[in-house]
Amino acid sequence: MKKDIILCGVGGQGILSIATVIGEAATRAGITLKQAEVHGMSQRGGDVQSNLRLSTGTIWSDLIPRGQADLIISMEPMEALRYASCLSADAIVVTGSVPLVNIPNYPPIEQIQQSLSSLPHCVSLDIDAVAKQAGNPRGANMVLLGAASAHLGILSQAQIREAIAVVFAPKGDAVVQANLKCFDSAL
Amino acid sequence: MKKLLLGDEAIALGALNAGLSGVYAYPGTPSTEITEFIQKDGGAAAAKVHSRWCTNEKTAMEAALGMSYAGKRALVCMKHVGMNVCADAFVNSAITGVNGGLVVVAADDPSMHSSQNEQDSRFYAGFAMTPLFEPSTQQEAYDMVQEAFDFSEKIKLPVVIRMVTRLAHSRAAVETEVERRDQNAVNLPEGRSWVLLPAIARRNYLTLIDKQKDILKYNESSSAIECQSGVRKSALGVIACGIAYNYVKESGVDVPILKINRYPISESAVKSLADRCSRIVVVEDGQPVVEQEIRGMLGAGYRIEGRLTGILPRTGELDPDNVAAALGAAGCQNLTSSELPVAPRPPQLCPGCGHRDVYAALNKVASEYPEARIFGDIGCYTLGALPPFSAIASCVDMGASITMAKGASDAGVYPAIAVIGDSTFTHSGMTGLLDAVNENADITVILSDNLTTAMTGGQDSAGTSKFEAICRGLGVSEEHVRVVVPLPANMDNITSVIREEIEYHGVSVIIPRRECMQTLKRHKK
Repeated sequence: MKKDIILCGVGGQGILSIATVIGEAATRAGITLKQAEVHGMSQRGGDVQSNLRLSTGTIWSDLIPRGQADLIISMEPMEALRYASCLSADAIVVTGSVPLVNIPNYPPIEQIQQSLSSLPHCVSLDIDAVAKQAGNPRGANMVLLGAASAHLGILSQAQIREAIAVVFAPKGDAVVQANLKCFDSAL
Repeated sequence: MKKLLLGDEAIALGALNAGLSGVYAYPGTPSTEITEFIQKDGGAAAAKVHSRWCTNEKTAMEAALGMSYAGKRALVCMKHVGMNVCADAFVNSAITGVNGGLVVVAADDPSMHSSQNEQDSRFYAGFAMTPLFEPSTQQEAYDMVQEAFDFSEKIKLPVVIRMVTRLAHSRAAVETEVERRDQNAVNLPEGRSWVLLPAIARRNYLTLIDKQKDILKYNESSSAIECQSGVRKSALGVIACGIAYNYVKESGVDVPILKINRYPISESAVKSLADRCSRIVVVEDGQPVVEQEIRGMLGAGYRIEGRLTGILPRTGELDPDNVAAALGAAGCQNLTSSELPVAPRPPQLCPGCGHRDVYAALNKVASEYPEARIFGDIGCYTLGALPPFSAIASCVDMGASITMAKGASDAGVYPAIAVIGDSTFTHSGMTGLLDAVNENADITVILSDNLTTAMTGGQDSAGTSKFEAICRGLGVSEEHVRVVVPLPANMDNITSVIREEIEYHGVSVIIPRRECMQTLKRHKK
């Protein structure tokens, strides 16, 4: 069993934290994992992505071959589309719905929504609003992870919850609880 | 104990467990995380492992060589272009040889994710005649750095480890030791072999040549050809170097594979692969080093394919798709073929960043001088080349802004303006400024000081709080070292200072100083 995931968004949106949580959950569950990250220049407001590969068998490449990604988890709707060509036929896209416009030529949001809805399986969610409602506006990435957790397959939602507790433990119990609340509010 | 580690972190932990006494480095993507890991390691701090950042890669290489001279194990880390900066010390360290183990990690950046070129550090090791190890996985990175220290002490040469971005910045589980090897004690060498006077260097060079056969013998012992189904003869044979091996295995091709992790490469292994096949595809990330080299081994008649023949792209990094295509393993179909509404999203200066105010002011003043040219440098402020600023005319290498402005001024360009960051200035800008002072060049240097090495994530900057003194010490006259605070509210002040210094026909240094927004956020937490 394998799950190839593309995590994406804009530099600074917190996709590496999502990757860290899934990575922790996979390690605790004894699942093989490779996770290619983007560091450096792109983290300054550019497009960023992480290839996260989970498997019960051997993983060779750190990068996901084209057409084999099972799941896109995106903080931002246009960024979800950037990697659509990587998806397999029955793949799922889970994305934040609110555009982050920091370029002058950002396409009309209607076009983006239309393209997203033409994909076989797309879940689009206002993650910022949900995070705010949950009382933790900085937890939008955990809201997104909550929304995606039903589609991870190889890891259970309980395993992800456990990993959130472990990853954020150094920042104190309040941070752990705030992030768990965000995660739970999108289940 | 299994740990989830970046390739860079695996190098760092491997070095610590191998009894490291000091890491010497200047930050550079994709190598930065090696030194950062050691800086954060509690055990390293307790054992007083040196880990403070160096001013540049040359000072790093030389300090590490000094630690090796004293008998201890030292690690030097840099991005590929750092090898250019430390090349003098590195090449000569093969002539002196080493005492304590010396490992040089060069992190190459195929596809130039954060770099100006795709140079391949395997050329440097070949040039200096030192061994080079190239891991394929995080586990190999961890294991090989330990092996490299042992081999370095055995062969008495620095050993290079070549990383690439995808391995440096990819995480996987690594089996690690719990116990750390003790550090070496100080053990000073006797004799004069470290004094590279011509007569001694000639003798040492012969020793280096003589060591080559020992290195080859060592590498040969680990050059096995594998084949999944065990067939002996096959039309296609593959040479897979470093990380490329993973892409070859991902493709699923069942052919004889010669995996290369150690250089110089074994001629007998290449020949025995050639005997089993009628053509060889060389899969290597970076430049076609092995593809070129084995041409000489197998002769003109043998069919060798790779980046030079076009079966793999000539530039850019390898990936599972272009490798599968080259090996004739059909890839999957794309889900979507239609045009999607996706615009490029280049990186940009952070909101509120002081460099923004610097460029706003510079553009305003420069517009009054139609012939003005602004020479840029390496750092976040290179992003001033992109809209909305589109301000800089060049960005070449660390420190080139000042010296290129000087050369352009020599040629008659006025005003010739340089923009350089604080860390880049101490890395390689100071010597160029001395050249400019000695000729009283008509240049205006903007030394944009955000109190950190920002581009690589906010490491300490070597010159913080010393810049006015450095500039005056190099001979810039006191009244032409000007400090401003880059804020929108101070725009009138900044533009008039720039204007005044452009009108002064000599060397002036304007220092806009305000903390980086990223480190400010961190400090506030």
